[in-house]
Amino acid sequence: MERRAIFRGRLLPALLIAPQLVLTFLFFLLPAGEAIYFALTRQDAFGLHTHFVGLANFAALFADPGYLATVLRTLLFCALVTLAAVMVALVLALFADREIKGRGIYRTLLIWPYAVAPAVSAVLWAFVMNPDVGLLGRKLNELGIPWDYTLNGGQAFALVTVASAWTLVSYDFVFFLAGLQSIPRSVIEAARLDGAHGFRRVRTVILPLLMPTTFFLFITNLVYAAFDTFGTIMALTQGGPGQSTETLVVKAYRDGVLNLDLGGSSAQSVVLMVAVIGLTALQFRFLGRRTVD
Amino acid sequence: MMRRRTFLGGAASLAALSPTIALAQGGRTAVVLWHAMTGALADELNKLVARFNASQKTATVTTVFKGGYPQTLTAAIAAWRAGQAPHIAQVFDVGTGSMIAAGPAVKPLWQLVKETGVAIPPAHYVPAIRGYYSLEDGRMAALPFNSSTAVMWYDKDAFEKAGLDPETPPATWPEVVKAAETLKAKNAARYAVTTSWPAWVHFEQFASIHNVPYATEDDGFKGLDSELLIDSSPFAANLQRLLDMAKSGTFKYAGRGSAGDRVFYAGAAAIAFGSSGMRGNLVKSAKFRWADAYLPYDPAVIAKPINSIIGGASFWTMTAPHRTAVEYKAVAEFLAFLGKPDQDADWSAQTGYVPVTLGGFAKLKRDGFFAKNPGTEVPIRQLSRGPVTNNSRGIRLGNMPEIRVIILEEWERAMESHASAKDVLAKVVERGNKVLRAFQKSVAD
Repeated sequence: MERRAIFRGRLLPALLIAPQLVLTFLFFLLPAGEAIYFALTRQDAFGLHTHFVGLANFAALFADPGYLATVLRTLLFCALVTLAAVMVALVLALFADREIKGRGIYRTLLIWPYAVAPAVSAVLWAFVMNPDVGLLGRKLNELGIPWDYTLNGGQAFALVTVASAWTLVSYDFVFFLAGLQSIPRSVIEAARLDGAHGFRRVRTVILPLLMPTTFFLFITNLVYAAFDTFGTIMALTQGGPGQSTETLVVKAYRDGVLNLDLGGSSAQSVVLMVAVIGLTALQFRFLGRRTVD
Repeated sequence: MMRRRTFLGGAASLAALSPTIALAQGGRTAVVLWHAMTGALADELNKLVARFNASQKTATVTTVFKGGYPQTLTAAIAAWRAGQAPHIAQVFDVGTGSMIAAGPAVKPLWQLVKETGVAIPPAHYVPAIRGYYSLEDGRMAALPFNSSTAVMWYDKDAFEKAGLDPETPPATWPEVVKAAETLKAKNAARYAVTTSWPAWVHFEQFASIHNVPYATEDDGFKGLDSELLIDSSPFAANLQRLLDMAKSGTFKYAGRGSAGDRVFYAGAAAIAFGSSGMRGNLVKSAKFRWADAYLPYDPAVIAKPINSIIGGASFWTMTAPHRTAVEYKAVAEFLAFLGKPDQDADWSAQTGYVPVTLGGFAKLKRDGFFAKNPGTEVPIRQLSRGPVTNNSRGIRLGNMPEIRVIILEEWERAMESHASAKDVLAKVVERGNKVLRAFQKSVAD
């Protein structure tokens, strides 16, 4: 191992990375450290009585069947949102990558939903699916199909899943389209000459070449589904009915901001932080290897 | 370093702009009020504030909108922890328990009055409203401001269509059930009955008008070790009735919070339980004839129902390091100003909230407001019905918002699983007591 220093001084590099380090410290390390500290205490909302309780908040969390149910629900939700978004986006990208009339328009329109904020997309979905005022929701009930996501937990879960996947489809679509366009035409021509048609060509040639993109999207979608769907869920169901659409982030918000249980909520945040660090590590390892191959 | 300097500069200028730092404006003391009022309500609040600012030369009150009630409370708490609390924070009804336990973070109204010598006599306030924000011994902790109560709204057109008398709304629960069946049979409205604020109306208000305890220790007034009593038979019978009505299609659970309001505004429900504060929107948007009536009671529980309790919010005086006696005096003068009959009557007439002072009520009566606006007296009459008892002066439990959510979650589950009301409430009490114990522990020394 031999190191070569291009800059002899230590001051300039330190100065150059200082702004980033300051921002990281202020907006990540400081709050994360505070969350860990809070997670080890029991305190009232005003911070008048703070007791160090060790891991009691974590113990209480994992002993709470409600929390475990929320963990499982969140896993299912993330998996469904990710699968739905990735699959739909892949199919759309495969079709949009062909030589068809007006594909520029299709592509642009398919990208639009990503520009819609989660809460706004939720309101749009409510306009469509609300059982009393929604266009489709009312129709369903008129046709005799009982549809009411404010009461039916399964329907509520399905609705927030679809609404969350909807915005993700656009995001994934862009990546898939770029991935498809970076596949050398010659490879596809060769497959065609070898007699691989339609779906066979997709399965044996295109999909393997898209694997790095797909894997990247899986990770980003999982993280999105776990965190950025907060606005969608709050605007559509607020976690109800019952707790059927309460994900971990919704629960952490509710316990911390509404119920003012800072210790318990911080413990939940720490658990979430560990999960995200794990996912990110996985991504770096796996993607790193892929590109080395 | 450029970015760092910009960042620090930005932080410094933000701090300079921060409204909680008292700046003398032409020798006037600055008082900051954080509130959660939106739309027309915010306009009316700002008018009151402008009138106060014009009425004297020593203080200037500025208002800052901080989002919904829970967000405002959370923001005020966070600001206090940072030593930047506003002078006055608007805190919703169910936050009262947390604020009373907040010790040095707040200056209870009685203490503010004592220290500043500004008179705010409790006797000027309507007992049922004052009680909600008072300590066990009657000293007021917060200043009642926007207060409403729950009433039964109904669609007179739908009643007529169903052959019911629109001038005699059902007064008891059996009558409501009967009217609902008629309304459904005659297809007078999409839903016969719906509700807003399900936990507030069907548990907290229900407990009050039926004079049954919500929790031990006098609904929490006497101490922090109180336990929920909402699994007793009056509550179970009421919830079972609502569950049965939902099953037979005469009751529509429209969702949490004010979700039921929209159903009623749209003319989709013939009867809706909701806040008396719905009036303003009904005047503006309802395309049918409507009226309000007393909340129905269960004759098996009580023969003559007593007062309902309030909802809404009150003003809390908050503390901060370096806050001076002059500032507290300005706060007290502003709060005293709000309780003057003219201001209280005007706020009530413009917003649909009930007057919180006896003087404001008398002034509205003198001005003929109730005669000109039929139905506006119903919530006030309901609030002042019968003597206020330990079960009807309010509920003083910590983490009340969480208990409300627990009630709704279990209620919603029961509508899917068809569990009985008894099982639902057993679950609610079990989960709710855990919340109460956690609160008790968190404020213990």
